[in-house]
Amino acid sequence: MATALTRKDFVTDQEVRWCPGCGDYAILTAVQKAMPEFGIPREKIVFVSGIGCSSRFPYYMNTYGFHTIHGRAPALATGLRITRPDLDVWVVTGDGDGLSIGGNHLIHVLRRNVDLRILMFNNRIYGLTKGQYSPTSEVGKVTKSTPVGSIDYPFSPLKVALGANSTFVARSIDVEQKHLGEMLKRSHEHRGAAFLEILQNCNIFNDGAFNDVTDKGIKAEHQLVLEHGKPLIFGKNRDKGIRMNVMTPEVVQLGNGISENDLLVHDEHNLALAFMLANFDPPMPTPVGVFYSEIRPTYDAAVNAQLAESKEKMGAGDLKKLINRGDVWDVN
Amino acid sequence: MSVPPEAAGRTAEPHATGEGSLGRKVRAKREQVVIRFAGDSGDGMQLAGMQFTTESALAGNDIATLPDFPAEIRAPAGTLAGVSGFQVNFSSKEIFTPGDEPNVLVAMNPAALKANIGDLSPNAVVMVDKEAFTEANLKRAGYESNPLTDGSLDKFQLFQLDVTRLTTLALHDLGLSNRVVFRCRNLFVLGLLSWLYQRPIESTVKYLESRFKKNPELLEANQRALKAGFNFGDTTEMFASAYEVVPAQIKPGRYRNITGNTATALGFVAAAVKAGRPLFLGSYPITPASDVLHELASFKNFPVYTFQAEDEIAGVSSAVGAAFGGAIAITTTSGPGMNLKAEAVGLAVKVELPLIITDVQRAGPSTGMPTKPEQTDLLMSMYGRHGESPIPIIAAATPADCFECAYEAVRIAVTYMTPVILLTDGQLANGAEPWLLPDVDTLPPIKVEFASDPNGFLPYARDEQTLSRPWAIPGTPGLEHRIGGLSSENLTGNISYSPANNELMVRTRARKISGITREIPPTSVFGDSVGGDLLVLGWGSTYGPIREAVKQSREKGKSVSHIHLRYLNPLPADLGELLHRFKKVMVAEMNLGQLLKMVRADYLVDAVGCNKVQGRPFKVSEIVNRIARVLEA
Repeated sequence: MATALTRKDFVTDQEVRWCPGCGDYAILTAVQKAMPEFGIPREKIVFVSGIGCSSRFPYYMNTYGFHTIHGRAPALATGLRITRPDLDVWVVTGDGDGLSIGGNHLIHVLRRNVDLRILMFNNRIYGLTKGQYSPTSEVGKVTKSTPVGSIDYPFSPLKVALGANSTFVARSIDVEQKHLGEMLKRSHEHRGAAFLEILQNCNIFNDGAFNDVTDKGIKAEHQLVLEHGKPLIFGKNRDKGIRMNVMTPEVVQLGNGISENDLLVHDEHNLALAFMLANFDPPMPTPVGVFYSEIRPTYDAAVNAQLAESKEKMGAGDLKKLINRGDVWDVN
Repeated sequence: MSVPPEAAGRTAEPHATGEGSLGRKVRAKREQVVIRFAGDSGDGMQLAGMQFTTESALAGNDIATLPDFPAEIRAPAGTLAGVSGFQVNFSSKEIFTPGDEPNVLVAMNPAALKANIGDLSPNAVVMVDKEAFTEANLKRAGYESNPLTDGSLDKFQLFQLDVTRLTTLALHDLGLSNRVVFRCRNLFVLGLLSWLYQRPIESTVKYLESRFKKNPELLEANQRALKAGFNFGDTTEMFASAYEVVPAQIKPGRYRNITGNTATALGFVAAAVKAGRPLFLGSYPITPASDVLHELASFKNFPVYTFQAEDEIAGVSSAVGAAFGGAIAITTTSGPGMNLKAEAVGLAVKVELPLIITDVQRAGPSTGMPTKPEQTDLLMSMYGRHGESPIPIIAAATPADCFECAYEAVRIAVTYMTPVILLTDGQLANGAEPWLLPDVDTLPPIKVEFASDPNGFLPYARDEQTLSRPWAIPGTPGLEHRIGGLSSENLTGNISYSPANNELMVRTRARKISGITREIPPTSVFGDSVGGDLLVLGWGSTYGPIREAVKQSREKGKSVSHIHLRYLNPLPADLGELLHRFKKVMVAEMNLGQLLKMVRADYLVDAVGCNKVQGRPFKVSEIVNRIARVLEA
């Protein structure tokens, strides 16, 4: 039974072939750990991926899996989810797969709100093709394809998701196992397209890209953990916060007449706030957690409702009637 | 002026006339008539043509149609670019084409006259709305003088009708705007021609009732215009007689008039019903394929899922996802969309999932002429993917044949766990013909059996005969497995970069596809199956003109036969031997020689081509002439 499953039940016999030290291992572990908690039988779970390092993921999950083509996993998963409402469908993608070649499919699956969990491993680099800059790489990045620095202005995956009318937008970090587990759980609970960006270290081509939020010594000063209904506080001593200065957020030091009451309180149902937080770039802290969530009818449910309604109104499809409809005549 | 008997169609044998039910007027018999309706794209010519077609079908004639409309929705009024035409051939004998040359042209304005006059048969009837021949309209059409008065139409039977004025008079008390009245002119013309060829107008009346259910005012206006046209024909002195085209000898059964796109949609629904699975269409709108999407979108209760995707790639990708889940999955497109879908089709080849890709071919390259037909995607269907990725290809020959071909494509796809390409084209898509309705119970079975036994389950174990792998869908306990685009190990499907294994898998898939020849019935030869001087080989929508041309050539005593292929990959097992029975082989196709290349390569036969890429079907005469030249050479 589903409740009896453990992490091991979700491990395949396939050798994991990511580079030693890759952040993907941590994500795989977190997902395999989280799965038994969801209580879904393995045969009802499907992982669909595109192309890239992240997209090898399905081979390592002992569920149904489909490693497809570059950027198209959201479209493929849409066809599967619409026709198989009984399945729990996950999409695994990366910053190149999801935002570059597959950007179109990502925004459309989000706006339609297809009931899928979309994990985007963002390492801000192309790993599988050996180190070109990605659509999330920072301006000036020197890579094999940009020897004098990238001149592309990067995408923020979260802003893309929010701009595409996503109903669930969250961020976590590969090495933050506990937080990542919570975010996977929240993503799974969401009905609709759940978009989870996972900051992931590529130790070969972009090592340390997220050092400020992963280095044990300094991460507390740079991570802003979002919790619904709680003030935006961070720092090792939890002595810093985010306050609105008219229309502009600012970092303030608590004390000296500034208290928690002066701080912004996170509201994950506030789209404007979500956009503002998604805009936080250094020197502002990097928010992690659920930026935004809303309840909106899912596409797949609406499609199936139309089918059911049509069947109720017109009766089950009758092939003979269909073929014989319209102006017919008999030749004797 | 009255119409000389030979002008309004091919005279029937014997040359019979008789007292009709039309009071003083007589009815002359005609064997076959080709009418072309032409006007501005907003003039409702397609509607008039379609309704006339339905009336003719109900009158028992054999029919074939050729709609011809511009890609622009509303090109500037009165210009040549905006001319929309609809040609219908109706006959008391079996016919195969919409006709080479119209016997009757209805031209609603100078541009419609100018665009079509060159196609008419000698002494054809030309009917114009003379009020549309204003100086401004003549200028827009590029006429320097008025063709109605300058003698340039002397070789035709010209009828200058007051269509606008008579329509206005018929509707004068309804208080409608000039614009609305103007748009009823097509019904007046339809009424007039319905009288002239003694078509029953009840089906059109019924059609109007359903179309204007919610607008009694427009219903009244359109019905009045229709009847005014009909009565005008009866009472005016202009026409000496009406014509009768007696019912054709047609195979007994129940019929309806059907376009290729509708037949394609119905074929897919029928196949899904027979397979006992839901139908899923992932598609992106593209001319001339969109009508398949429109049709299927209204069949939700079967159930039919239609997903209008964000692009062509998502259309096919969503279908691959649906196929993984166990649906009968299809995608529809035209040439440019085929290019975009190629990578996802390659994935379906590799993971061996059933999928049907319908290409309603249109004139290319690039955007080309989107509303005009061609057969230029055959080699792309054969080879337009990277890697060794053979795919079965099936091509429909006539609008009604699209039903059987769509059905067969699904049957092959699920039997062999493979994507299948279905080729139709713009002419089949929008052309119509009577369809002998199939008996649903006798359609060939489509067997879908999902894997369910975990004992010894292997995703790439194969059926001994078909070499197809099991269809193991998510949700089945114990069969959890992963598939993907990477080269995979025989039987297990695990990632494998073994050189020998890769070759084994590539060769096995190729053998699987070539084994589909066992599904192909013996090739039928029209003419002399024992061989002869010339064989004309064709595929797709060229069926009609080839068959008619071969028939006419044989009537002249020539040793010519015709083979028309439905299965283009694999080709029928008996084809090579058949080709070698003939001294010469000619391949007629609307491209520069694609099937020609295939048969020359496969069978080492020194075949020649008969080719046309004008976005227009072959005329029968073009093939007849080419046959004569090839025989003489």
